[in-house]
Amino acid sequence: MSQAKKKEKKIKCVVWDLDHTLWNGVLLEDRNVQLREGLLEIIKELDNRGILQSIASKNEHNTTMAKLEEFGIAEYFLYPHINWNSKSSSIKNIVTSLNIGMDTIAFVDDQPFEREEVSFELPDVFCWDAADVHAMLDLPEMTPTFITEDSKKRRHMYMSDIERQKVEEEFTGPQEEFLASLEMVLKISKVGSDDLQRAEELTVRTNQLNTTGYTYSYEELDALRQSDQHKLMIVELQDKYGEYGKIGLVLIECGEQDWKIKLLLMSCRVMSRGVGSILMNHILQLAHQHNVRLLAEFVKTDRNRMMYVSYKFAGFKEVEENGDHVLFEADLSRVQPFPDYVKVHVLD
Amino acid sequence: MEINAKIRKFLSRFFKKHEIADTDDIFALGFVNSLFAMQLVMFLEKEFGIAVETKDLDFNNFRTIESMIQFVENKQSA
Repeated sequence: MSQAKKKEKKIKCVVWDLDHTLWNGVLLEDRNVQLREGLLEIIKELDNRGILQSIASKNEHNTTMAKLEEFGIAEYFLYPHINWNSKSSSIKNIVTSLNIGMDTIAFVDDQPFEREEVSFELPDVFCWDAADVHAMLDLPEMTPTFITEDSKKRRHMYMSDIERQKVEEEFTGPQEEFLASLEMVLKISKVGSDDLQRAEELTVRTNQLNTTGYTYSYEELDALRQSDQHKLMIVELQDKYGEYGKIGLVLIECGEQDWKIKLLLMSCRVMSRGVGSILMNHILQLAHQHNVRLLAEFVKTDRNRMMYVSYKFAGFKEVEENGDHVLFEADLSRVQPFPDYVKVHVLD
Repeated sequence: MEINAKIRKFLSRFFKKHEIADTDDIFALGFVNSLFAMQLVMFLEKEFGIAVETKDLDFNNFRTIESMIQFVENKQSA
């Protein structure tokens, strides 16, 4: 099994400049600017590939948003930053709002000064000259391995997240009540053949909430889902605002006496939803029923401390440590019930 | 504010059960998710000026208000 296959850098969000980049000319000088040729197609294609888009533009906010509405493209941009601040500070805010890695951002601008400012402040951002915009779609960084149902819906899912966040910010009660108000339904099922592309995509895209970072190819996952010695499960979440899509994946190697969790990951969009703990509890219950010892592999990175804490707080203890590699063992005497703020369906 | 009151104030943002006793197991209340766990660790680090190391991440240290107080005191006097 080729587990430690190197992850390819894939862009998750393109941040656009506007004047001389998205449209010809400068909006504040010419109210009748026109979109550059082919730009609309590029925006639509990126959206179709599941690549998010935002804006970092030095402009007057209301006039600019009105123009984007007029072109009928405002909805394509999440968290547009139209202000007079530096582009790097706008990009930092966008990255925080979307909760994705800085190294998954591409920034397109016609001005060398702006690209250099961003490169200097944020060296992980991939900067691209607006003059070469037509070559952008052919870059491997802009080409996801697969385009899944989840990638096509990605922007809409982020838009429902924005709505949820607004409600969450305005909610004054404890977080537990807020979670209950979402009416979440979590579905845990075996990975089917239809899920394979999404499963591979999850292993490649997920960094923060990922216990090992192992990636598996489509073919490997297909073999694993049919293997008697493995359990491969995919997790789906929805709430009253809509679908989050398929957001979690677990791979367990099932031996006679020992089960070992090789991979447990979740999209960072569900970070505060309690999904990781529910999933760990589900595995603990399963292991308890099958009367096996439950182990879990862990590979420490600079980003996944949260998953380490989750394992520890779910009662796992280190039994082996070798540099960044840790082997945990679960304490099966103490299995948490599922929290009552979410309905859990386990489909076997 | 004493340690107890500070921890209570922090926990009240998460739990709807208003009165958590010093010995209540917060893990048994069914609301421990990754984000909460991380926020709790970071809250204790920042509020009480301690460093929570990997070996400290034993849930027994965080299970009850009482155990958290003891953990913080041990760390501060170390």
